[in-house]
Amino acid sequence: MSIIRFFKTIFMIDFLTGLIMAIKEIFKPKKTINYPFEKGSISPRARGEHALRRYPNGEERCIACKLCEAVCPAQAITIESSEREDGSRKTTRYDIDMLKCIYCGLCEQSCPVDAIVQGPNFEFATETREELYYNKEKLLENGDRWENILAANINADSSHR
Amino acid sequence: MAELFIFFEQIYRILFLLIPVLVSVAMIVWLDRRVWAFVQKRRGPNVVGPFGLFQTLADALKYIFKEIIIPASSNKVIFILAPIVTMTLALIAWAVIPFSETFVLADINVGILYLFAVSSLGVYGIIMGGWASNSKYPFLGAIRSAAQMVSYEVSIGVIIINVLLCVGSLNLSDIVLAQKDLWFVIPLFPMFIIFFISALAETNRPPFDLPEAEAELVAGYQTEYSGMMYAMFWLGEYANILLMCAMGSILFLGGWLSPIDLFPFNVIPAPIWLILKILFLFILFALIKAIVPRYRYDQLMKLGWKIFLPFSLIYVVLTASFLMYFDLLPGN
Repeated sequence: MSIIRFFKTIFMIDFLTGLIMAIKEIFKPKKTINYPFEKGSISPRARGEHALRRYPNGEERCIACKLCEAVCPAQAITIESSEREDGSRKTTRYDIDMLKCIYCGLCEQSCPVDAIVQGPNFEFATETREELYYNKEKLLENGDRWENILAANINADSSHR
Repeated sequence: MAELFIFFEQIYRILFLLIPVLVSVAMIVWLDRRVWAFVQKRRGPNVVGPFGLFQTLADALKYIFKEIIIPASSNKVIFILAPIVTMTLALIAWAVIPFSETFVLADINVGILYLFAVSSLGVYGIIMGGWASNSKYPFLGAIRSAAQMVSYEVSIGVIIINVLLCVGSLNLSDIVLAQKDLWFVIPLFPMFIIFFISALAETNRPPFDLPEAEAELVAGYQTEYSGMMYAMFWLGEYANILLMCAMGSILFLGGWLSPIDLFPFNVIPAPIWLILKILFLFILFALIKAIVPRYRYDQLMKLGWKIFLPFSLIYVVLTASFLMYFDLLPGN
């Protein structure tokens, strides 16, 4: 042990340096955000809560091709469909079990008409399990509520698709 | 009737001390988390109440409503007794702490001995909890804790002898009054440092938190505990930390004496000074938690037995010779 090392140990120089540094850090601005009151920015590609979109005229986009149901690795999506009076094929049932869902985004990628999308909302915790079994009405309601943001996000990401 | 009156008077006096201590334990947990967060440039608990001050009360409320799980293979009586012992021992020690010249619950003549004895008994709660759990991690944690606390108690004992040599009395009020001219932190500065580090080890604080090293032992002796029993261990631990800070400020920082006997300082009531000194030491505790990595077990033992103990013993001889040579021994 060199003589300098010895005195450094005795007078705890390294420790005191650390202590002074810690005290300096206390007065520096915080790096974390004050979460429930301020939120971080979210990428247009963020894969949050699902939504079923509509065309501007109010018609559902979903054509019941069931590609999302087929591609879903967690098998969280259940679709039933039938022919409507005007001859178009539409879903009669579109359920997503949000507890099974792994938020991989494959349903969104597989959709040929951009009907099922994952929006930027990630704060949809509920008090009961049942509230997380989403049905068609819930998903369409999500789509109506987030439509502006969803359209902007898809537009922003369109050049990469 | 007169006996009844005295009885109730004592009860009120105890409650008058105990409730502020328990409340300040809750506040100190908040302060600890907050300082820790600030050093790491985080915000820490800041939602419940003003600046998050009531966070600990919210946590305690949560613990009360949680289920207490008692392992089937545990020794149930001792398992339940352990947190009670820890918390009781952490609280009864406060009886002898002098908050001012008159405000002390039990002004006994062997106050420092009582304090030392009670804080040494604290290890029993941990051993009982760890052993009665009948599980691997709590047992390892308890063994580590027992060895660590016994080792560091030895050096704390020798450090206390240093102070007692300068005072000539075991009464805590006398120890404070003996520092009227000069706080013992100045002549006994190396002892203060060693006392502080030993206090860290004694209360299982980082960098000596080996008994509950979460990376190796899950949570050490607390692993099998849940609900209110865990909260009691937790309260006892922080009450012990506060007690160690109080002990440090009484032995070395002049207890309830103001630093300078001048106008703006000596009108501030004595208990405020003691509280400020305890807070200062506690903030140091919290800062150290944030900046140091954990010791290895053999390093911990080496520090206790091969460095602190011989050094404080030599210092006892030095202090005694100095007092003898300059004829400064108290009582002469």
